[in-house]
Amino acid sequence: MMKSKGFKRLLQSPYLFIAPYAILFILVIALPVLVAMGLSFTSFNTIETPTFIGLKNYVDIFTGDTVFLQNAVSNTILFSVVVGPIGYMMAFFLAWMLAQVPHKARTIYAVIIYSPSITGPIMMAFVWRIIFSGDETGYINSMLINMFSIDSPIQFLQDADYLFPIMIIVSLWGSMGLGFLAMLAGILNIDRSLYEAAAIDGMRNRWQEIFYITIPSIKPQMLFGAVMSIIGTFNAAGLASALSGGGTPPQYAGWLIVDHANDFGFTRFEMGYASAVTVILLVIVLLFNKIAYRLFGERG
Amino acid sequence: MAKSGITFNPDRFHKNQWRFHAFLIVLSLFMGSPIVFIFNHAFKPFSELFAYPPTFFVRRPTTENFSRLIRFSSESGIPISRYIFNSVITTAAVIVASLIISSLAAFALSKLEFKGKIVLNKINTYSLMFVPIAVMIPRFLVLINIGIYNTYFAHIIPLLAMPVGIFLIKQFMDTSVPKELIEAAKIDGAGNWRVYWSIALPLVKPAIVTVAILAFQIAWANTEGSNLFVDKESLRTLPFYMSTVISQQGNIVVTAGVGAAAQLIMFIPNIIIFIIMQNKVMASMAHSGIK
Repeated sequence: MMKSKGFKRLLQSPYLFIAPYAILFILVIALPVLVAMGLSFTSFNTIETPTFIGLKNYVDIFTGDTVFLQNAVSNTILFSVVVGPIGYMMAFFLAWMLAQVPHKARTIYAVIIYSPSITGPIMMAFVWRIIFSGDETGYINSMLINMFSIDSPIQFLQDADYLFPIMIIVSLWGSMGLGFLAMLAGILNIDRSLYEAAAIDGMRNRWQEIFYITIPSIKPQMLFGAVMSIIGTFNAAGLASALSGGGTPPQYAGWLIVDHANDFGFTRFEMGYASAVTVILLVIVLLFNKIAYRLFGERG
Repeated sequence: MAKSGITFNPDRFHKNQWRFHAFLIVLSLFMGSPIVFIFNHAFKPFSELFAYPPTFFVRRPTTENFSRLIRFSSESGIPISRYIFNSVITTAAVIVASLIISSLAAFALSKLEFKGKIVLNKINTYSLMFVPIAVMIPRFLVLINIGIYNTYFAHIIPLLAMPVGIFLIKQFMDTSVPKELIEAAKIDGAGNWRVYWSIALPLVKPAIVTVAILAFQIAWANTEGSNLFVDKESLRTLPFYMSTVISQQGNIVVTAGVGAAAQLIMFIPNIIIFIIMQNKVMASMAHSGIK
């Protein structure tokens, strides 16, 4: 009798509800992070057992890896600083505008604006490769030749100077995802009487409304949007290589830290070194998120 | 009544909306044209694919590209139906399993009392910012060591821990499932499982639908599994196959028609599901804020 009662209690335990998720979380998120940290202090080629080499990987990365220092880090920071905030502001202003048109029109616009974000990296690279194709059958080149009579087609995707800006445009094109929808839903749910009260108090200017009512009212959605845009930014790994036709992009243009880690991990099988790069990346992601929480969080 | 300078969610068109429409139409053209382009490209005959100057819209539509796509796969040894089968199986498994797992955990985090709840909620909010692509290498090593490398599970397991899914369902439960209702049910003798199934789940349907769509999008487009976690061709999925079609010959123009057909097949289920369910998604996103 006692035993079956205990069993019944166990069946009702909240921990039982959490357990499946917790196990998976540990398996595919927590454990990999720990493994990356551990392996980052070793030399490991996936076949032999890892050998402990202390901080050598980190020292090598920060003193001798010119591609990492000159391309990966600066590209990642430049890319996130440009795409993150611009995409984020774009999402907010689009949501703000969409909230001010009638339901039917809004739905159509929202579907069109949202749809690039679900195309996925392969389709994204595929479409834009045709559009920016380097011969006269490329759409942009054909337009330039006809309208501005340039002499020969521009090698957009093979030229490091063009590749990075194109990568930014393509990423922005595909960045109006969940964060954008969250902000739109947030704005639509703001209590209208707030605006009426503000109008009575003499607020006439739209900018004042945005900064004193709209943004404070949707702060939680803004933070969600910020987190989503940071994640999206880091997911752009491989885009430069896909746009330029596979392999290493010309002069490492658009080469991000994730690309660097995957290159060492899966092409050269230097897992220890790749893990160290991964750990550095995770620290950078964490820093960016800390900044977002500072800016938009309730308690800094 | 003082008139506010702003009208959110207006009922009808008003002349001071025209500037929004002007801007939104131009922007929609930029956002939408690559997708319209793919639609047209997929139905272009050979002659139009190579035309100079290139044309945007298809003139004489043909399904040539689609049949070439099918033929292409029979040359590679494994029929396209196998990739489709793999994709459908793994995607369905990811949707069902992630919904069960996320909603169970979300229910506990939102409605049950237990030790460590606050910490776990914090962990989940922080794990929202997790970037899976950053840990592909260690994840690969973990999957090999738990013995699911080269199995269907290699496609499924990595996608099941979905912090954003559990987050969206939990936020929705926090606001939409009243405490009183749960207490009343408990007085009537309902256990946690019954409350979860009969009260909480029906009230958070929009969030469940949204998470199902997200799970679908992630699983349907996922290439990591095929690229890294399996190396048997017969276990690989449709998006992987579609990406090999594109990269096969290197020259983008040659593969453009077949590639466009392939991409269209991948994209259409995605957009249709979203259009049908967009009301539920918007209802769910209203609860998405991080506090």
